[in-house]
Amino acid sequence: MQTAFHIVVCAGIVPDPLQSLEPITTTAGPGLKNEMVLPAVLDPWAASALYEAAALAAKAPGGRLWLVSLGPKAKLQQVMMTVAQKVLFELAPIDGPIGGFPDAHATAAILADMIAALPGLDRERLLLFGGWESAARGAGVTLQLVGERLGISDQFQGVDQIDLHDDGSFEVLERVEGGKYQVSVCAGAPAVLGWATGNLAEPRNNPQLGMANMRTIMPALQKAPASKLEANGLSYISAALPKQQRTTRVVKDMTPDQIAAELAEWIGTE
Amino acid sequence: MESILVLTHADETGIALTKASLEAVSAGLELTSRLGVSLTIGIVAVDAQSAAAAVSSSGARLLGVSGEPFRHALYATDAAACEALCRAAQATIVLAPGSSRFARVAAGVAHRLGGFIDTHIGSIGGTVNIEAGRWFYRQRVEAVLSRDRRPWFLLIDPGIRSAFAGEPGPAQIEQVPANLPQLRTTVSGFRAPSLGTQTIRPDARLLFVAGAGWTKKQPDGQTHVPEAGDLILGFLRVAGASLGSSKSLVDQGGEGQSVLPFLTHLNQIGQTGATPHHPKGLATCCHGEEPHVVGWRFIGDRRAVSLDPTCGWTRGKADVVYIADAFQVMAKLNELMGSGSA
Repeated sequence: MQTAFHIVVCAGIVPDPLQSLEPITTTAGPGLKNEMVLPAVLDPWAASALYEAAALAAKAPGGRLWLVSLGPKAKLQQVMMTVAQKVLFELAPIDGPIGGFPDAHATAAILADMIAALPGLDRERLLLFGGWESAARGAGVTLQLVGERLGISDQFQGVDQIDLHDDGSFEVLERVEGGKYQVSVCAGAPAVLGWATGNLAEPRNNPQLGMANMRTIMPALQKAPASKLEANGLSYISAALPKQQRTTRVVKDMTPDQIAAELAEWIGTE
Repeated sequence: MESILVLTHADETGIALTKASLEAVSAGLELTSRLGVSLTIGIVAVDAQSAAAAVSSSGARLLGVSGEPFRHALYATDAAACEALCRAAQATIVLAPGSSRFARVAAGVAHRLGGFIDTHIGSIGGTVNIEAGRWFYRQRVEAVLSRDRRPWFLLIDPGIRSAFAGEPGPAQIEQVPANLPQLRTTVSGFRAPSLGTQTIRPDARLLFVAGAGWTKKQPDGQTHVPEAGDLILGFLRVAGASLGSSKSLVDQGGEGQSVLPFLTHLNQIGQTGATPHHPKGLATCCHGEEPHVVGWRFIGDRRAVSLDPTCGWTRGKADVVYIADAFQVMAKLNELMGSGSA
């Protein structure tokens, strides 16, 4: 019989990848121009973690799934309108700043406090999920720091697959260099898993599921505690778009033979 | 005054430092020389004494954690080893390679020491204050940052610096004991994502990217997926290139469409994929849209073959774009480079 895990997914919200980003200076340090009005999505790798978590939680009766997210309440509500239609979860929101520039240690401290205080959470059955990196800060450290704060010393990053065993142990595939996986077997919860893409496709929108989720999400958002992030000595000297713009030569009048010859020469040169 | 520790680790042999570790040593030597301070190198290996031979000529103090438990990358053992090395070195700045092994544990170690960490560091500048350069929003915004809290851990992206290449020789190393917790995880080995074909080659000079166009209908109204697969694999063989892909092509597998069987999410380049370092890149049948191209940030010379003269590559994202049929071009290129299709 499968173990019923208590799975907590940490997921931030990030600007839609198709949006143009322009860094600006704010009183709190660097930020993005019009950040609050840019369309936002659930962080892509964390979204993979959420879908994997939902599939895992559904395997055993008694499993629970929380989504812990830090961001401005209004943006969280906007993103949850879509995410709620994907899988069933309990939202634990924290009203705080958005963006990739705040310090990861401060973010981790707030997330860890929120998780430790989740009503009904059994820490012995805890699987802490999230993306292995975010699409904002992209540091790959927040989940690890939350795990340390919660005293979890079995941590895995770049996870694409987890296979559960009947005794509660599980096999994990983690991405390592050279396009390979490291294969590990963990005795069981508690553990931290930072997900890469996983193997599951994004679930289709289910409006009925969305309505069911929103019945608990809206009250949770109303009660979301406000938080401020400490700088922890972090300061920015600059934040700018890369200057490099290439002068592209567009070649329309060469035959495949000529192109191949030019490419072969280009590949062969140092 | 700052004191610098470079954390390094051995490869799968357990007795030789990884290339990324030697790159971090180069960064450490550069920084210590600029600041006029001392350098310590910490080594995690099965046999740190043997591994230290590669850095014996660095002039640094050498510390090592040795033993069979440190053969594999495991959070509990690596965190204990790095923590022990950091406590022994008492450094204010800790540099480490951004390998999968240390990326897994460095933040946890920083927390245990009451320190702070920044990762994916590309550049380290400054003479009075240390200034670290890194990217945000998946290589779309470049920032330079600093911290006044210590210890400060900096995880250096591999593939940017040259590896330390001093004359190997006998090394004087101080062995440091590490307190291991009860272990609940074992590493059972490594697995390739798909059988038979190793297509990801981080050290290759050329990145070859296949886009979704390879599996679309061609001018004859039919798809030619097996032929596309042969052409791509044939090219990888003759050019020794590493294979990347756009998200849309990799995702087709989950949508029931014809797919190239050797492609997995590990090949994916871009916003939700990898950002590899290669001197050259060649994109084929790929639109060159921003979410994909952010993964090309560290590709030097870029060329693309596309049927679309308005594709993203033509808008300042590639150096040369050939408006042509990639099937025809790659067939000729394979022929020219001495292989022909597989």
